Amino acid sequence: MTTDPLTTNPVPYSLEVSGLAFAYPDGHQALFGVDFALERGERVALLGPNGAGKTTLVLHLNGILTAGAGSVRVAGLPVDRAHMAEVRQRVGIVFQDPDDQLFMPTVREDVAFGPANAGLRGAELEARVTRALERVGMAEHADRPPHHLSFGQRRRVAVATVLAMEPEILVLDEPSSNLDPASRRELAEILTSLDVTVLMVTHDLPYALELCPRSLVLSGGTIVADGPTPKLLADETLLHAHRLELPFGFSPR
Amino acid sequence: MGSGHAHRLHLHGHSPVHRLPAHTKLVAVLAFVVVVVSTPREAVWAFAGYALLLAAVARAARVPAGFALRRMAVEVPFVAFALLLPFVAQGGRTEVLGMQLSVSGLWGAWNILAKGTLGVGASVLLAATTELRDLLLGLQRLRMPPMLVQIASFMLRYGDVIADELARMRIARESRGFRARGPRAWGVLARTAGALFIRTYERGERVHLAMVSRGYTGAMPVLDGRAATRAQWSAALALPVTALAVCLPAWTL
Ligand SMILES: Nc1ncnc2c1ncn2[C@@H]1O[C@H](COP(=O)(O)OP(=O)(O)OP(=O)(O)O)[C@@H](O)[C@H]1O
Ligand SMILES: [Mg+2]
Repeated sequence: MTTDPLTTNPVPYSLEVSGLAFAYPDGHQALFGVDFALERGERVALLGPNGAGKTTLVLHLNGILTAGAGSVRVAGLPVDRAHMAEVRQRVGIVFQDPDDQLFMPTVREDVAFGPANAGLRGAELEARVTRALERVGMAEHADRPPHHLSFGQRRRVAVATVLAMEPEILVLDEPSSNLDPASRRELAEILTSLDVTVLMVTHDLPYALELCPRSLVLSGGTIVADGPTPKLLADETLLHAHRLELPFGFSPR
Repeated sequence: MGSGHAHRLHLHGHSPVHRLPAHTKLVAVLAFVVVVVSTPREAVWAFAGYALLLAAVARAARVPAGFALRRMAVEVPFVAFALLLPFVAQGGRTEVLGMQLSVSGLWGAWNILAKGTLGVGASVLLAATTELRDLLLGLQRLRMPPMLVQIASFMLRYGDVIADELARMRIARESRGFRARGPRAWGVLARTAGALFIRTYERGERVHLAMVSRGYTGAMPVLDGRAATRAQWSAALALPVTALAVCLPAWTL
């Protein structure tokens, strides 16, 4: 990649992370030089044991945490103070707990929050909100307060809040946690129907296999494996070394 | 806007009063209260006129008298205070039912009772015909400091979440054999309160992250772009204007 995405590279990577290192203020080093790049439209799983640094990495992707060393680029734009508004519009993060993500009194207002911050108003905003809610099948719940919805419905609305910003890349932190099998499948259908780049953080290896052709394994703050999901999940020594386990009786082939 | 959020003061309905934009009703109630408060206390008939006006509004809003009266119970402490006044106030005395009462105290008590009751009555009608959510939007439209409106909105959104959290903690305590009896339980209750504080604080932090990720920079976008029409304003302001018409002769006579 060169510095000028417009002239030399017509289709920049959706996401490009290079040499990313980060230590929390208390001195705990969570990331030690992370490198990877996602092509536009790819669906990639980010696997790794508890404490591997996955959430820390996600918080770098839209500049909530700032890299100690290395860099993050979104669609060719560096994630820095000068490009923050643009970057936050292009990177949609769905957080693990939908109650953290849905903070407005009604579903409609919540979904409108992001695009309204980007300056959209009136009919255009309304259309954006309706479209996002339709894509996750929640249009008829637009006027309900989020806390009256079921957990699976709230997760879907959380996805809609991010889709409404029409992001270049969708980042989901543990999207399948706390979902029953039917909600899990519905979410999978929604995610496969989208034509955006998806980075999905998960412990749920079968879910990764189902949704993401490619996977990254983050362990101890570095990327230790990057390749086709079926191949990674068939590598028992790799899984064992990084505390990843397939459910009992599950075979990745 | 919005279903749900049924608060105890609200009476669901579709009367013309319900349909008026919240901010016009807020202004009307405020102006009405100002007029009532500035009426000289000796003009007893003027207060009767105000009471009739409120009754007419209640009728138009289809708020049953019983509903309104029960919700005016918040006034009781003031009534108690007002009833004390004739006994403790200084000045000339008069005899009522064989008791020596202060004349200025009697007028003072009447003043508090009449003006308090009318103020509370108007507020109860406002609450009965306006969703809490719309009241907040109304305040925002009236250029109430946005920070205050945001804080109130968050209380509205997270009240249930926090109550749930508290209920879960209580269930967890009781499932392990705890019973809140006697001072020995206070330590446990205090620790529960502490844990609740930490949890809500941390949730606040996570919610803030989610907001920042969607482009929040400190100001909530005003989404409800509908301004009130001239007809709506005049309908709402009919109340204080009529009250003023009653008040003026009270001053001049
Ligand atoms: N605010 C913080 N201050 C200090 N250290 C932190 C902080 N947040 C996380 N850490 C540490 O950084 C490391 C990576 O944490 P992170 O939350 O990114 O892990 P994770 O891969 O998301 O784990 P999980 O699968 O449990 O969600 C952990 O060792 C954790 O203890
Ligand atoms: Mg995590």
